[in-house]
Amino acid sequence: MFLNSLPTNFAALEVGQHLYWQIGNIRLHGQVFLTSWILLGALLVFISLGTKKMENDPKGLQNLLEFLWDYIRDLARTQIGEKVYRDWMPFIGTLFLFVFVSNWGGALIPWRLIKLPSGELGAPTADINTTIALALLVSLSYFYAGLSNKGWRYFEYYVHPTPIMLPFKILEDFTKPLSLSFRLFGNILADELVVGVLVFLVPLVLPIPVMFLGLFTSAIQALIFATLAAYYIGEAVEEHH
Amino acid sequence: MLAFDFFGATEGGLFDINATLPLMAIQVVVLTYILNSLFFKPVGNVVEKREKFVSNNIMDAKNKLSEVEKLEADLLSQLQSARSEAQKIVSEAENESDKLYKEALELANNEANASKEKARLEIENQTSSAREQLFNQAADLSELIVNRLILEK
Repeated sequence: MFLNSLPTNFAALEVGQHLYWQIGNIRLHGQVFLTSWILLGALLVFISLGTKKMENDPKGLQNLLEFLWDYIRDLARTQIGEKVYRDWMPFIGTLFLFVFVSNWGGALIPWRLIKLPSGELGAPTADINTTIALALLVSLSYFYAGLSNKGWRYFEYYVHPTPIMLPFKILEDFTKPLSLSFRLFGNILADELVVGVLVFLVPLVLPIPVMFLGLFTSAIQALIFATLAAYYIGEAVEEHH
Repeated sequence: MLAFDFFGATEGGLFDINATLPLMAIQVVVLTYILNSLFFKPVGNVVEKREKFVSNNIMDAKNKLSEVEKLEADLLSQLQSARSEAQKIVSEAENESDKLYKEALELANNEANASKEKARLEIENQTSSAREQLFNQAADLSELIVNRLILEK
């Protein structure tokens, strides 16, 4: 490929290289699991600290967690609707927290200082496997939500205003996970690459604004992912009259 | 699977999809259950309990406020009626006292007039008797004078 002709030290960015774990027959991207375990472990510690002593007058961490809970509830309620948002709030919230923690953890923690035999640590969401896994979970969720709420009437959605919509609606079931996964993957990977290239070229000062932009993008992407997931579920459970 | 040879990586590449995908999906599902029992349920319970408490209190306060307003209106109308009653009583008493005053005045006037009339009559009587007496005396005196004059002659 044409990129092979670039100087060899460009490979210091190590794009597309993975730390492979071989378990029996299957191969895993070890760096994705390592970072996700560290970040999710930190998230769980944070949450257990905040919910250890729940009081009626919230203080400190509990206050922050309640704000977060309220934020996620508002998100789920506005997108899914008053009737069933309670069932899906933990899923939407988990998606939001997972993507947010992964994105910010990937951007804020200097993973490059930890040398791996192959590949490098980074945001788990910069790996296509993670984002496709999340997107497929969203697809399964909205099918399940539609079928469990409306039974076979869920499929009325496909011919809803007119049967002409049928092919487009079927196509949507494929484009939804595709756009979800590639949007997240592309944004986070691009952010990591831009910061990586800038740090590689100009190691001082210049990458800092781009890093801030990266943090902003990361937060926005988490919000977009959770909002779209909630919107798809809301669309599936919506009653047409 | 979809292993494109991107950026010259010998194996894998950006679009290397393998068992990481299902395992990550399982991990996220497990995380959903953990976060549900660790975060969403307990925090939700606390927040919803507090929201219920607050809304109950607001309802209570609203009920009390409307009760207070009702009582206030009641009191105000009572006050109004009491005031008008007092006004009525005062005006009645004023009328009464006015009447009494007029009656007393008339009585006193009549009495005064009567005694004045009596006094006048008495004065008139005395005057006329005194005049009569004086006339008699003058007659006597003149007779006396006449007699004397006649006798001296």
